[in-house]
This record gives sequence, C-alpha cells and structure tokens, in this order.
Amino acid sequence: MNHLDRRSFLKETAAGLTFALTVAADPRVLVGEAMMSEAGAADAVMPASVWISIATDGTISIVSPAAEMGQGSFTTLPLIIAEELDADWSKVKPVLPTQWDEKMYGNPLNGAFQTSASASVNGYFKPLRLAGAQARRVLIDAVAAKWNVPAAELATEPSVVVHKASNRRISYGEIAGFAKSPAAMPKIEDKDLKPTSQFRLIGKDVPRVEVPTKVTGQAKYAMDAQVPGMVYAAVLQSPYFGGAPQTVDDSAARKVAGITDVVKLPDGVAVIGNSVEGTQAAKGMLKVTWGPAPGQNHDSEKALAEFAEVGRDKSRAGVPYEAVGDAKAAMAGAARVYRGEYRTRYVYHAQMEPLNATASVSPDGKSAEIWAGTQGATGLLNQAANLLQTDRSKLTLHQHLLGGGFGRRGQQEVVMDALRLSKAVGKPVKLVWSREDDLMFGKFRPMTAHHIEAGFDANGKLVAWHHRVVSESVAAYTAMMAGNRPAPVDRVVMKGSPIPQYPIANKLAEHVVMPGRARLAPWRGVGNGHNSFAIECFLDEIAKDLGKDPIEFRLTIAEGAPRMQHLLREVAQMSDWKRKRTDTALGVATMVKDDTLAAGVAEVSVDRTSGKIKVHNVWVAMDAGIAVQPGNIAAQTEGSIVYGLGHVLREKIVIKDGRVLQSNYTDYEVTRMSDVPNIQVKVVSTDNPPTGAGEDGLPVLACAVGNAIAALTGVRLRELPFAPERVRGAMGA
Amino acid sequence: MVALTVNGQRKDVTVDGNTPLLWVLREHLKMTGTKFGCGIASCGACTVHVDGKAVRSCAMPVGLVEGKSITTIEGLSPDGSHPLQKAWVAEQVPQCGYCQSGQIMQAAELLATNKNPTREQIVEHMDGNICRCGTYLRIIAAVQRASREG
Repeated sequence: MNHLDRRSFLKETAAGLTFALTVAADPRVLVGEAMMSEAGAADAVMPASVWISIATDGTISIVSPAAEMGQGSFTTLPLIIAEELDADWSKVKPVLPTQWDEKMYGNPLNGAFQTSASASVNGYFKPLRLAGAQARRVLIDAVAAKWNVPAAELATEPSVVVHKASNRRISYGEIAGFAKSPAAMPKIEDKDLKPTSQFRLIGKDVPRVEVPTKVTGQAKYAMDAQVPGMVYAAVLQSPYFGGAPQTVDDSAARKVAGITDVVKLPDGVAVIGNSVEGTQAAKGMLKVTWGPAPGQNHDSEKALAEFAEVGRDKSRAGVPYEAVGDAKAAMAGAARVYRGEYRTRYVYHAQMEPLNATASVSPDGKSAEIWAGTQGATGLLNQAANLLQTDRSKLTLHQHLLGGGFGRRGQQEVVMDALRLSKAVGKPVKLVWSREDDLMFGKFRPMTAHHIEAGFDANGKLVAWHHRVVSESVAAYTAMMAGNRPAPVDRVVMKGSPIPQYPIANKLAEHVVMPGRARLAPWRGVGNGHNSFAIECFLDEIAKDLGKDPIEFRLTIAEGAPRMQHLLREVAQMSDWKRKRTDTALGVATMVKDDTLAAGVAEVSVDRTSGKIKVHNVWVAMDAGIAVQPGNIAAQTEGSIVYGLGHVLREKIVIKDGRVLQSNYTDYEVTRMSDVPNIQVKVVSTDNPPTGAGEDGLPVLACAVGNAIAALTGVRLRELPFAPERVRGAMGA
Repeated sequence: MVALTVNGQRKDVTVDGNTPLLWVLREHLKMTGTKFGCGIASCGACTVHVDGKAVRSCAMPVGLVEGKSITTIEGLSPDGSHPLQKAWVAEQVPQCGYCQSGQIMQAAELLATNKNPTREQIVEHMDGNICRCGTYLRIIAAVQRASREG
C-alpha cells in the first residue's frame, strides 16, 4: 500500500481537479460539493476531505478508507467509484484518507472507521456509486461548456469524454486542466446510475492493488514501523482477566542489557529498552503478583458444563434476539418436539502479525503520533483522546496494512499501552507482543452451550423454534473495555440465530448471559460460527429421525426463502449430492449472515483407529447480492473455510485457574496446508444490494463436517473441536 | 560485532551472538520484509535462506550465520521478478500478506532443488509455514505455475 501522508497527497494533487464529496453524512443520500484546486493553490482551497482527485496527467487518486487486512477493500471501494466515474482503472490509484474524519470518510452504515462485520462494500456501495456518477457529471458539464454542445450529446469511455456528432474526444486529465467548479454540484439520482449490464469493473475481477508489495517484502505493517529515537517495550500482562499488578520484583529484569525502565500499567508491567530481544527476555524475568479479579478462578471446562445445565433450565430467561411469532405457545401446542444440545469452546484469532503499536506522545502529554494497523480507527482515536485527555485533532494516526484482523484488531489495548508508555518515558515507544502474549492474553470467541427445541404440528410442519444460547457477552466486555454503554443485545454472539433462511412461523432465539470471566472479542464469522454449528447439526438430527434427505428437508423448511433454496440446489449439483460414496460421506449446512447467504457441503472420511478426520472436499454456493469482485469473494470464502477448519479439527482455548493453558502454534494448532481440502466456491451474483463476503464459508463448515461424520459413521458429534480422541471415544473404538 | 553477508552485501552489527537473526535483520538492519510470527520456529513467517537453505531466522542465533550468505525476501530478486513472485501475483495469493515472505522463501528452496515438484512434495515442503488467511490452495497453484513458467 502506498502510505501517503497528507503532504505527499497534496503535492500529488496540486494540479488537477479534486472532489470533496460527502458520502457519510446520510447513509443513503449524497450531499456533494466539488472543490477546485488551481495549480499551486491546493493547500489554500482543498480541505483534507477529498475523495477523488484527477491530475492533469490523468492519474485518478481515490480515497479508500477501510482497513486492508487481506479482504480487498483497499481495491474494491475505489473500484466502485471508478465504475460510475467511468475511469480507466489502470490510471486509478487508491490512497488512504488524509484525515480521519468520519463525516467525510466513515462507513455510511455505522458512521465510523470500523472495518468489521464484512460491512465495507455493503456500507459504501451506493454512496460511492453516487459520488462517482456525480464526479463524472461534472466532467461532462465542463466539456459541454467548453465545446458549446448539449451535455446530453456527450458520453464517456474509460477516462475519456466523447462527442460522437463531431468525432471529438478529450481525456479526463485534459479536462482536469481547465474544469471549473460548478456553484452547486449536479443532482444525481438512482436513475442516473449505470444499469448493471453496463458495468465494466463491478462483477469483473481486477488484481488487488497492494498484492505486488506483498511478494517483495515492501508492504508495510505496523510491526515494521521505525521511528527515530524510538525504544522498545514488552509487557507482562495479568495472567487472568481483570488482574492489576500489586508487587513487582524487577531486579533480574533490570540486569538485562539495554533495559532502561520498568513501568506499571493498569493490567500489566512493561519493560522498556533498546531492543526487542532484550525487552522480551526481561519481561520473562519479572516477578509480579496480581490483584484479585473475578476471572482468577475461571475453569472453562467446568464452566461449559454449567452453561449446558443453564441451557436446559428454562427458568433462566435470556435476552430475546429478533423473535418471530410466539415460539413458547407454539411449542406448547406442538404435536412433536425435538431437543438438541451442542457446545463450542473458546477460540483464538491467531492472526499472523502479533499485536503491536508504536506511539510518540508530546512532552506536554496532549499530542501524539500513532503507528498502528487497526480495524477501528474511530475507536482507536476516541480512546486515545480520552486517555490523553485531549482533542482528536491533536492525534495523528498512521494506518498500516494489517497482518490479519479477524476481529482482533478492532481492540485497542496495545495502542493504549504504547501511548501510556511513551508518555511515561518521554520517547517514541514500539510495543511488541510475542506470540505467547498474543495468545495467552488473547480475546476469544466465547465458548457456548446451545439448547434448541423444534416443534412440529400434526401435519409434520415445523412451526416452533426455540434456541437458547448460553455464553458470556462480547458486547458487555467490549463496552466495558471501551467505557461505553453496553448494547441491549449481543449481536456478536447472536448473529446467525434468527435463521431467516427458514421462515418458521414462531421463532425465539435468546441469549442467556453468563458472568464475564474471560477476555472476549468478535472472531471471524462471529455468532454465525457457533450458532450455525448448533442449528444445522440439529436439523440433520431431525431429518434423520424423520427419514428425510438432509437437503430435501432443508428445501422444505426453506419454503419462502427462494435465494437459499437456489443455493441448496446449486450446492447439491456441485457436490453430486445423490451419488453414493464408499469411504467418505457428505454433510450439508446453510447460513445467513448480515443478509449474505451460503450453503455448503463437505466430504469427509474418518480413520476409525486414530479418530482422525480428513476433509476431502468442500463445495460452497453463496449469494452476497451483486458480486462486486467475484474472484475475491471466492478467495475470501476459501480463506474462511480454511480458517474455520482449524476450530473444527483441533483449535481450542482452555482456561484453568484463570490462566490460558495454550501458548503458541505448537499447542494451539491452526489449519496447515496438509489439512486443506479441495474447495470449490460458486459465487451466485444476484440483483440484490451487495452484502458482506469475508466470513461466510466458516459458518457452514463445522456443521457440514459434523453432518458428514454422522452420515458416514452414525456417530453424532455435538462439541467442537472434533478432536481425534473425542471422535474415537464417540465411535466406541 | 558480528559480520554478516545479507543479499550479497557486507553488514556489520554490534549485537550479542545469541541475538536471533530475525531481530538483527528487522530492527538493526531495518530490513522488515522478514516477519516475526511465533518466535519458536513454528510458523515460518521469518524464513530466510542461509547458504541457499531455508531456515527460521527467529530461532537462529546470529553468531551461527557469521560468514555465511544470507538471502532475505528483499534479495530474492532485484525487482520482484523471481518466478515465484510473478506466480504469486498472477495467482493473487496473498490476502493479509504477512506470512507470504516466508512462504515464498520456503517455496524458493524447493524449486531450487526440485524444478517440477508434485503436489504432495509441495505440501510436504510447505507444511511448516502457516497462513492464517488460508491461502494454501493458491500457494500450491502458484508454486506449480512458477515450476511451469519459471
């Protein structure tokens, strides 16, 4: 990624035409104002709030505000503008925002710099199309005035305005040399946007722009930040959630060469020195006692068994989430009721770049520069301003590429510690977490216990659905850490529970919130991961009891949800569902996350002696509305399947006496190349608004694999992960 | 003082011989293409070549590579034109990209000794390199492409 600071951005756009277009003020309405900049006067007239800048050499710089963590937004968002601007893509240069101003660049969906929930394309799509179309209209109007022809006679080809009647053509770069700002920006409405059939970029795959930098070592992550005069920090964190340092014995740590300071933090102790290796070594020599906290006795395996009991105890009411009809009454009146219980464990993000941040706080403590890779620039800046008791205008954020996010890089604790430490020692501080720090002080997807009931009427129709999810609350934890008011419902945990793909007349999903004992965060796929696992395994258990084919059964209960029915038929065809296999079997699952739909089939075999599962093939059909970059959607889906495979096969975090028992990739075993199945993704582009596509393979995987194992062996696994010993035990081997 | 040869250039660094090569490259020599992932040679993000052999620089004391020829991702080719780098772009392998320097260096060792590896040989050779974004299938495709087009 070209990391442009404000100065170089302005320099590059000093000659040409720039557009300051407000896309975030109203989620669905564009209020625009074009800013003209004459050569040499850019600083005077151009606020930082420029979206599109056309230089006289034809280069078109377009701001791309979402964090780039491999999901492709850095390319996709400018591409949406370029489509309606009718820009020559080879001349487009995505650039980072020059100012972190939510009103200008924030995601219209949430008004923030918050790259999460696969919401970037979803949130920016329509406003950016309108912005691109508006800029194109300004160019056309300028040419119409210059050539004295009606604007209606002008058309555009990539980066060229064309007047067919007089056979004249003029490039966008040339136009940028003379165009003047209109007093008021032209009005653009939906009908002025390109019809889908005329898209040249949307729906056609373009290479991601930052990829070449990622094969030469040139791509810059926050871990690569080098700041003059900086020192290094390592932090020993409280081993359990909530502990504060009480006594600190740093005598051995201070003897390590290059160690200059030891600093107490709210929930850790930092060593400062002149090298990474020195500070990391010294950290290990600190002897610290930690204050009491509710998390210190946490025993996750014991607690999970308790959660399961709570799931069964319906006197323990939960917080309802998107209920439909009256599930309790319908269940009471049902002719037949099925019950199922499922469990999932804490899982860790394991993003390849351990958390880190560099901060430089001014001597008065009121200004700061921050080098970070964050999914949440808004949260980072707000928390930093609050920490330093200063105004956000005093903070400079240098956003970097993210070495994996998956929800973890929306959390800001490492940045806040870097700021505290820089302030304490009066120097720029680069704080680096080791892998062990990143894992043992990780923030996990909460473990969950599920109790589900399904009621059928006398005609065999599924009429009642009641899903109880028992877990700690991510929303409560996040709110507490950020000092915000907790959300009334926990979307992170409960996403995936409303199952709109199954339009059952009476549905209740409820979250029974257990006291917080662990550090928590959204994890790729959020609630869809554990909820789909429980729901789709349960549906297969019912289908089996009813003697129905799993896909036929789902097609029946998906009556009224034609998009899902289509995907089920697609994936049946892709997997050759009806064909009998000898040593393998197939399992199916579906999911809906934030209006994106997916159906998947897994083909699995089991080594009956070792209990080891092998996933051979995964087929996924998905519908994320208009597929803006179908190849990239497929790549994301492949990636999320591979990511999810780890927590199906092996990954789990166990907490005992408040301490995380795993420590590194040796005992927290993520998916490796030898685990990976063949994966075939069919991206079904539909005429619906584009929705997210970064997480949608993951939720179908665990249940599809579990259903395949049940089909193959007759053994139903109801807990993640499907570790070999559990598989062996369940098969009675 | 340790005298190193990195990408054909002599570099003298004042560090203890036990310092991991990784931190010498990244923080002392400011060559940040080689990445820190796990610190215990379990993920491969820090892979470099020492005399043509892929090693995990996070667990390699710098004193042990004195006088040997070290190649990092920055030195694999002058301009990103190594067949693997070209294949990596053609197959759009990287997602977050953080592990990819190590993946490419690991794969380069394979192709240097086996110009036409089978899929099984690729998987076996690459299985120590973790990619959390899950780009493994594209890595396999890119190694095969580089083998074909190299």
